[in-house]
Amino acid sequence: MNDGAPAHLSPETVLAQLKKHGVTHVVWLPDSETNWLYLLMKAEPSLTLVPVPREGMACSIAAGLAAGGSVPVILVQNTGLMESGDSIRGWLFGLEIPVVYMVGMRGWNRHGPPTADTASVYTEPFLNAFRINYYLVESDADVSRISHAFEEAKRSKRPVAVLVGDEYHGFNK
Amino acid sequence: MIDTAAMLKAFNAHRGDAIVVPGRGGKHWVHISGEPHLDLPMGDPAMGGHSGFAFGLALAQPKRRVVLFDSEGDLQMSLGILLTIAELRPANFYHFLLDNECYATTGGQPVPNAKNVDYAMMAKAAGYPRTYAFSELDKVSAALPEILGQPGPVFVAMKVNPDIENKPIGDRVRWRTRGWTQVIADLQRKIGIAA
Repeated sequence: MNDGAPAHLSPETVLAQLKKHGVTHVVWLPDSETNWLYLLMKAEPSLTLVPVPREGMACSIAAGLAAGGSVPVILVQNTGLMESGDSIRGWLFGLEIPVVYMVGMRGWNRHGPPTADTASVYTEPFLNAFRINYYLVESDADVSRISHAFEEAKRSKRPVAVLVGDEYHGFNK
Repeated sequence: MIDTAAMLKAFNAHRGDAIVVPGRGGKHWVHISGEPHLDLPMGDPAMGGHSGFAFGLALAQPKRRVVLFDSEGDLQMSLGILLTIAELRPANFYHFLLDNECYATTGGQPVPNAKNVDYAMMAKAAGYPRTYAFSELDKVSAALPEILGQPGPVFVAMKVNPDIENKPIGDRVRWRTRGWTQVIADLQRKIGIAA
């Protein structure tokens, strides 16, 4: 991506990917920038939204959904991803659940020094510690990476993360 | 206090073709159930997740009853799940709670505020349309047809005897005979969603 170009990841692009890969349930806890995606998902009849009050719960819910034949996706902020460590270990890796983790990158700044928010600083080390592969998505031009994540999760029977690096101006039109 | 094994035997008479997640009652249930491939004896993949797992199953299989035997230590770790369940209101979800007031598998230390908390009231306040509370076997046994005969979600709190384990983990009887992925594969074949 050209550093000078404005980054735009449209919620329509994300929703199209969820539909393309047969997602039935979005287990999620929203962050401050995903409201427009929420409105689109809520209006989409093929999706059921499953709100959780703490992100770790999303793992066992997703495991139950997958065991029952549904196709969940987990949509949380990176802060909530890090809160979920033991549930990822036990419920997702333990039960070999193929699930895509869409992670809002709070604090992400690809243009120089990190922001004062430390959340993104720890996100990639966390994913590496848990041996979770991930794909960074910053604009609609990166959309094929979301498909890669779904395909890899299905093939490997593991969680795979999509890091949404367009928090500041993507979803919030 | 209710004997967990006796309660599970009483439940088994009403089980029908329900999917059962036995939680920490699993060590008794595996010797009682006549439908092991409809059972998901998970042991403890990560504490606090049994309710979410069974709830997810209920959402995925809305035409089949899903019965969970949760425990209070697990539920205390994820109390917010009551809100999520109450919002989605799966009519096929039956949420039983085995409340032994302690962490039995780590030696019997009390859970926070063990003697004073009212889990049925918490579920009711979270939005469960039906809740029950029992501390005697004959009363819960008598109520099972009503509990299971109406739509969920329903929450059933039960005071049970603690089966405290103090042996080192390596010396304990291993009651799970199938791994997690095998348990899920068996269920999926049984209900016709996998070859």
